[in-house]
Amino acid sequence: MDNEVKKEIKVEKVKDRTSATTEIVVPGDIIKESMEILPGTGTFREGKNIISKVLGIAKTDGRVISVTPLNGVYSPQKWDYVIGEITSINFSNWSVDISGPYEATLPIAEVKGYIERDADLSKHYAIGELIFAKVVDVSKTKYITLTMKDMKARKISGGFVVELTPSKVPRLIGKAGSMITMIKQRTNCFLSVGQNGRVWLKGDHEDIACKAIKMLEEHSHTPGLTDKISEMLDKELKKGK
Amino acid sequence: MIMTLKLTKEHILENILKGKRLDSRKLDEYREIKIETGVSKKAEGSAKVTIGETIVLAGVKMATATPYPDTPEEGVMTTSAEYLPMGAPEFESGPPREDEIILGRVVDRAIRESKCIDFKKLCIEPKEKVWMVFVDILVMNHDGNLFDACGLAAIAALKDAKMPTLTDDDTIDHENLKGSLPIKGTPITIAVKCYKGKYILDTNADEGEALTSQIIVGSNDDGTVSSLQKCGTEGITKKEIADMLKLAVDTSKKIRAKHFK
Amino acid sequence: MTKSERADNRKLDEIRPMKMKVGVIKRADGSAEVEFGDTKVVAAVYGPRQIHPRHQERPDRSVLRCRYNMLPFSVSDRKRPGYDRRSTELGKVITESLQPALFLEEFPKTAIDIDMEITQADAGTRAAAINAASLALAHAGIPMRDLVTSVAAGRANKKLLLDMTKEEEDAPDAIDLPMAMMPRTGKVTLLQMDGIVSPEDIEKIVDLAEIGCMKIYEAQKKALHEKYRS
Repeated sequence: MDNEVKKEIKVEKVKDRTSATTEIVVPGDIIKESMEILPGTGTFREGKNIISKVLGIAKTDGRVISVTPLNGVYSPQKWDYVIGEITSINFSNWSVDISGPYEATLPIAEVKGYIERDADLSKHYAIGELIFAKVVDVSKTKYITLTMKDMKARKISGGFVVELTPSKVPRLIGKAGSMITMIKQRTNCFLSVGQNGRVWLKGDHEDIACKAIKMLEEHSHTPGLTDKISEMLDKELKKGK
Repeated sequence: MIMTLKLTKEHILENILKGKRLDSRKLDEYREIKIETGVSKKAEGSAKVTIGETIVLAGVKMATATPYPDTPEEGVMTTSAEYLPMGAPEFESGPPREDEIILGRVVDRAIRESKCIDFKKLCIEPKEKVWMVFVDILVMNHDGNLFDACGLAAIAALKDAKMPTLTDDDTIDHENLKGSLPIKGTPITIAVKCYKGKYILDTNADEGEALTSQIIVGSNDDGTVSSLQKCGTEGITKKEIADMLKLAVDTSKKIRAKHFK
Repeated sequence: MTKSERADNRKLDEIRPMKMKVGVIKRADGSAEVEFGDTKVVAAVYGPRQIHPRHQERPDRSVLRCRYNMLPFSVSDRKRPGYDRRSTELGKVITESLQPALFLEEFPKTAIDIDMEITQADAGTRAAAINAASLALAHAGIPMRDLVTSVAAGRANKKLLLDMTKEEEDAPDAIDLPMAMMPRTGKVTLLQMDGIVSPEDIEKIVDLAEIGCMKIYEAQKKALHEKYRS
């Protein structure tokens, strides 16, 4: 009986999980048995097998298999844009909460313009202020350095912030920005998206834009998402009139 | 760790002045309230209350004890509330903190002072032995308005509870339950928050972070008030207190009519 | 081994009716509720996140911290809230049962916290807690080598049984052997036992527990897929 059960499971395991484009895999699932294919993000190799390490959607891109996680905290990468809140002012830098497990640092040297010695740093960025900044360094020991010396970097004021699972940020942006453009135009809102999952919005139909983001969070793994959100926007905007 | 961004808090307050909320509710509008009883088989009575995403569990257990010397013919009740670490990132395990103790005490007072429980009927033998009623309330998911949720869960669990029996050798038989607890009426706790003359009900976690001043009102079926607690670091005017009291009593009537028939 | 010889009409190697639901605690990064008969548990994961107190921080990996707790009304006689030695032990053995499955080195200097709350207890609570915690970890998107799956097997009234109830555990000759394993590799990550028994019988009980783990593994996978069914 013991062996029977094991056999059953083995048969199940060898199944090719990359055939369908949106197949959900769980940690420990053997995605493919092959030495030709390389394990990408969200996977690892054990012997001949490529195994998923997260709950997510498996994808094959050329010779690489990767799994996009359906959930998870923000893991900072160099050149990411993030939305952060200033949490403390130190001797020569600011501490910035960028959500996720690691706090970031904004050094004086990474701020536009010249800051005099002994200057009151809170005049530049005060505690509680929000910034749209760029990650310039992620050290091995997870010291995260931000910069404001970038075209897109700026202080954010007004509006509010909605949180989205960081792995779903690409879905919110959509192919060539299609999703976010749709939400912006229909709700007449400004939207800024940090890779850390913070979405800032300000404009006419903030509540409806917020609803669209929440809907995306819930249904990011389902097909036809753009149509669903478009439909919801229509309905809500009509209600408001 | 940041609970609610400062920017978002400011935005919530600005909107409240315009009578608006980020989830499109009216200022006095509740999220959906669900009350489910009998959720734990091992408890004498239990209830799970959800308000929006807030989830609270309450259970009643009974034991025997010697009565207090000043009330030798009355049973005893203790109510406590605990934040489970799972309930929010800021909740930690360990000894109860001030907020948890206040939550438990405010809910306890609303029920106790309404005199809805006939403690005399919980006496087994005067001066010797009485029933002790434990009401344990646990916050499983915190998305605001814990006072309302915990109050509802506690009274729903008490009303759901059945009395255990005493065996011949004086131990408690938790399997053999008989009759309800001696409870008449349904005290309900309502937290009303205020901000610059606006009154807000059923705040979610972000709103709760932004709005600090509030009055928690325990009121009864006949419209009388049996407990009050003002929380927060700002002062409230007498007119505001009167308005909030009325709002709380009216709201409790609606909730009672809908959920406790 | 298939005849119904148990009070609840189960086969000797049959698990009590299982229910698993992923995503029950919205504030948490991952969560799950698991029921085995009358045993019910909710588990929730926060993290990886900043670690407090800071002295627990490890420069090269995340620290897994598990809390096992029984709600006061989960048992017949009210359990007093707070510290007790049993919960502390279980928190520790559960941590060790889950840790081999995690890539903790990917998140240096952080903590992964799991809170497991037994809402109703009828034997097998630690196994149910591990199953729920494993689901919650996967749901939180934490990198894992495998799911961890757990069940208790044992002996009561001279019969070897899978997933015993409280009633069966109270038999005079009862043996209780909770076990956890990573089903893909077959490695055992939790093993406890009490009672007098021959080494041969232990082997048989472990085999029985393995069969149980494999069945639970299928149920866990189903529960994770269920959460994301469109």
